[in-house]
Amino acid sequence: MASEARSPRPLEDDLERDLHTEHQILNMGPSHPATHGTVKFLIELDGETIVDLDIQVGYLHRGFEKECESGAWYQAIPYTDRLNYNSAILCNLAFCLAVEKLCGLETPERCQWLRVLSAELSRIGDHLTRTGAACLELQAMTPFLYGIEARELNWDLQEELCGARVTSNYVRIGGVKHDMPPGFPARFRDTTQKTRELLADFDKVVTRNRIFVDRLKGTGVISKEDCIRYAVTGPMLRSVGVPLDMRKDEPYLVYDQVDFDVPIGEVGDNYDRYLVCVEEIHQSLRIAEQCVAKLEQLGPGPVNVDDPRVRWPAKGRVFNRMEELIQQFKSVTEGPRVPAGEAYAAIESANGELGFYVVSDGSAVPWKVRCRPPSFINLQPMPIMLRGAMLADLIPTFDFINMIGGECDR
Amino acid sequence: MAAPEDHGSEALERLLRGVPGAVLASHAERGDATALVDPARLLEAMRYLRDDPATAFDMLTDVTAVDYLGYPGRVGPRFEVVYHLYSLARNHRLRVKIGVEEAACEAPSLVSLWPSANWMEREVWDMYGIRFAGHPDLRRILLYDEFEGHPLRKDYPKERRQPLVGPRN
Repeated sequence: MASEARSPRPLEDDLERDLHTEHQILNMGPSHPATHGTVKFLIELDGETIVDLDIQVGYLHRGFEKECESGAWYQAIPYTDRLNYNSAILCNLAFCLAVEKLCGLETPERCQWLRVLSAELSRIGDHLTRTGAACLELQAMTPFLYGIEARELNWDLQEELCGARVTSNYVRIGGVKHDMPPGFPARFRDTTQKTRELLADFDKVVTRNRIFVDRLKGTGVISKEDCIRYAVTGPMLRSVGVPLDMRKDEPYLVYDQVDFDVPIGEVGDNYDRYLVCVEEIHQSLRIAEQCVAKLEQLGPGPVNVDDPRVRWPAKGRVFNRMEELIQQFKSVTEGPRVPAGEAYAAIESANGELGFYVVSDGSAVPWKVRCRPPSFINLQPMPIMLRGAMLADLIPTFDFINMIGGECDR
Repeated sequence: MAAPEDHGSEALERLLRGVPGAVLASHAERGDATALVDPARLLEAMRYLRDDPATAFDMLTDVTAVDYLGYPGRVGPRFEVVYHLYSLARNHRLRVKIGVEEAACEAPSLVSLWPSANWMEREVWDMYGIRFAGHPDLRRILLYDEFEGHPLRKDYPKERRQPLVGPRN
């Protein structure tokens, strides 16, 4: 540059002249404060413009599938908790539905309503974290705290239901851990009321906030065709205007009996994804309310299938009768034997289609457990969403893809 | 050869008729329509499934593999690569599988049909060591380049530890 003769032209022309700069490679991650997930981006930059992007995942790989192949079927459930710390119950549910499909089990009605209730609570927690954390990473602390306060209330409810806030281990093969505790409906209504108030506050601070809108509108745009080609599902697909929701299109459990709407976006930018997520929280609250009302109306009933292959006998019978004692001993030491074969079951998780492909050889140990992780598959088209964008657009785009390291890397 | 009975899946029936001879076996156990396809004709069958308006599988939602080494009563190749297809337009699903022999350990890549196959095939290569012919960028994805072996193979011991390799200078 120094050898170039200085042009006699006015200063404005001089500034607009092509400087023939070289592209720069920026290494972002694997542990970066503005990405809530352990992932490394190798970004080729022209000034502040992203030319190309290579995503390196796998930093949280801990051999989930290998580990599942060495224990009993039910021992994989706690591992599924750790796939997604935001929506552990959804991961439990998808795995248990796949195993139940192999066993040919149909769970009791009360169990199905409890599963839908817990799944929707889980989804609310996930979306609150996503929208709240996105604000935090765009330098807005206050709305993050509104979101996290609502999530704390949600996690308190989950704790009442499951005994744990994060790693719930609630859904079991053939049922759920236990019924909802006494007084739960009243506390649920109280929490729902507070959550709606917090969401209203969140909405006031964020949705029409000039800075927030400027950072999100028109950034991270993906087309409908690219979404389909890359098998993107969940809020990301709905943000481009495709109303695909497995709860509506391939209803499982009792989703065909609840009333809810599927929000969709128009242009597929980060702002649409934000709006879709917030609306989905409201819809999930609606579903959860219907579940609690239905559970009250149903009255007490079994929450587990009465099948000695997968569920333990009642404690009273174990202490008094020989057969049940033997059954309990075998259930604990060996675990259930699952008929040989293969099955794929998927649910609409907070990020999209969460599926489990399971193969059994007829023994008590899984032959193969494959988790179809929506985080991993939704992350793949990120480079096409960001080519030509500014470096700063990477942050909200990554936030609203909502890649969860545990689920992406397994 | 393909079983002639009705599996209750229109997509599977279309595949059996549309690409004759490509399907080696089929079943619809537990409601999942499944076709075991001749690996040499996988691309042809998959292209048909994607482009035929009656099947219209516009999404390749999952690619994985299974190692059947030591599976009781198993005859046939050691590995199977398993594809799950979904049609947004017609809201139906199909599972397509191919057998992969241990000696060659190679399968055709589907990246040219569905770009979503890219990372998922990389993961199968990483975990099972099955190469995908025609893949544009077949690198490990979850593990690091220096890792030896493919951990989801049944003969890879779970307890085996490998040193974590730091960045090379």
